[in-house]
Amino acid sequence: MNSCTERLKNGIITENPTFVMMLGMCPTLAVTSSAINGLGMGLTTTAVLVLSNVFISLLRKVIPDKVRIPAFIVVVASFVTIIQLLLKAFLPFLDSALGVYIPLIVVNCIILGRAEAYASKNPVVPSLFDGLGMGLGFTFGLTCIGICREILGAGAIFGKEFIPDDFHITFFVLAPGAFLVLAFLTAIQNKLKLPSATNVERDDSLSCGGNCASCVGASCVANKGIIEAERVAAKAAKAQAAKEAAEKAKAAKAAKAAEKKED
Amino acid sequence: MSNLLNISSSPHVRDKSSTKSIMWDVFLALMPATIFGICNFGIKAAVLIVTCVVTAVLSEYIWQKAMKLPLTVSDGSAALTGLLLALNLSSTFPVWMAVIGSVFAIIIVKQLFGGLGQNFMNPALGARCFLMVSFAGQMTSFTYDGVTGATPLAMIKQGDDSTRLVDMFLGTIGGTIGETCTLALLLGAAYLLVRKVITWTIPVCYIVTFAVFALIFGGHGFDITYLAKELCGGGLMLGAFFMATDYVTSPITPRGQIVFGILLGVLTGVFRIFGASAEGVSYAIIICNLLVPLIERVTIPVPFGKEGIKDGK
Repeated sequence: MNSCTERLKNGIITENPTFVMMLGMCPTLAVTSSAINGLGMGLTTTAVLVLSNVFISLLRKVIPDKVRIPAFIVVVASFVTIIQLLLKAFLPFLDSALGVYIPLIVVNCIILGRAEAYASKNPVVPSLFDGLGMGLGFTFGLTCIGICREILGAGAIFGKEFIPDDFHITFFVLAPGAFLVLAFLTAIQNKLKLPSATNVERDDSLSCGGNCASCVGASCVANKGIIEAERVAAKAAKAQAAKEAAEKAKAAKAAKAAEKKED
Repeated sequence: MSNLLNISSSPHVRDKSSTKSIMWDVFLALMPATIFGICNFGIKAAVLIVTCVVTAVLSEYIWQKAMKLPLTVSDGSAALTGLLLALNLSSTFPVWMAVIGSVFAIIIVKQLFGGLGQNFMNPALGARCFLMVSFAGQMTSFTYDGVTGATPLAMIKQGDDSTRLVDMFLGTIGGTIGETCTLALLLGAAYLLVRKVITWTIPVCYIVTFAVFALIFGGHGFDITYLAKELCGGGLMLGAFFMATDYVTSPITPRGQIVFGILLGVLTGVFRIFGASAEGVSYAIIICNLLVPLIERVTIPVPFGKEGIKDGK
């Protein structure tokens, strides 16, 4: 089961969805106003991710390639609905805190990305651990941001207030604070040379860096542009060559005609 | 003879002005308002002003030392930012919050974006809005003569017209340290205009547009007193002459400056008249600061001799 631990490490550290791949930024910025919200969102996403990865991996030979995205979305949406109803029943405070962001897990690019990039090509057990690793990595990221914002903005950790009310910088629990905290955490990552979105070594010829294991398809659009440009250039070169050949033939013909005239 | 013929490559700048001289000119121009503010609000205002200036200069110095950048503290821009921020604060504002505001202005708004000349919005106003969002209670509590009350602008918005126009013009009213005395601000503005540090374009377009907007939508009809009070109240004069004209965050072409001024006037009018708060100058200016690159793009001047020729052909 070596690949399972590798998957876990990959999700939590090497390809951490929040800090390295910068995926799922919408819930990352929106619901991390406190540590408990970040943790709740992360764990909810983890549950959906694990279940959907397992199911999609089981169904990977049944789902036709052409309609795979709708099929994935149906699977993900079913699990999101189940989780949402469970939250409403057992953790209503979390449900009201996260609000619309729970149904929005359906379109979270991490889940669809893992389904597309990993679960649909790999057996069930590694897919499960892939989902778990990615989910825990996401939870880790969200909780980190949530803790920072809660300490600065509300003077508390997990609701336990330890800084008096007068010293709260409300800015950090509001939307701009999320951007600022994320930016500062990324800056620290870069400074310490930890794995981060801007620290990985890349294959510069492809815009995604050629890292197909973590490919979610979106960057292929950019690659398509590069490949298209290459194709157009090749076509132009071919046309140029043909033109030159035609001109040469014409010149030869003219020379021949001139020769005939001279005769 | 060698003094008469001076050979050098272009540009042949004969003007003696430098970043430093301009910054100190603005600093000097703000002195009437600053001194009046200190007289008006007492020693607390002086402490706040000194704290802001010192913190701003220190944070710029420490940042540039830590990042091994060339030191630009002596050009006065950080000191000016600190002063402008202090003039934008209420005299009762806690000192430690002002320190946070100054650090935010210099480090986050200015240095993180590349330092002087590259800040995307006015640092002092960015910090003011940061403080406004963070500490709304302290930012909007104004004390004058030992009495805590609403600013005249807020009173007008609530339909209370009791503040005398003379008081608003001379500044014997509640408000932030630097905004109350219109007379002192106008003196400073006149100095800047005479010294050609600023041009009239932005302030005049701003104030005229705002006046027209207030006349049409203010709900008071053609009421000169109301209009004058709106112009004298709040941070309009301070913003129009000292902050909207910041070189870094305003358009460089005259046409762009006209567009910028009109936008500022309309936004300030919308915020003041239709918004929940009585004041809107700072938000209007930072929003327009963000629009400046777009304004510059649509107002590129046509080179002489290229009129009527489209697409550069």
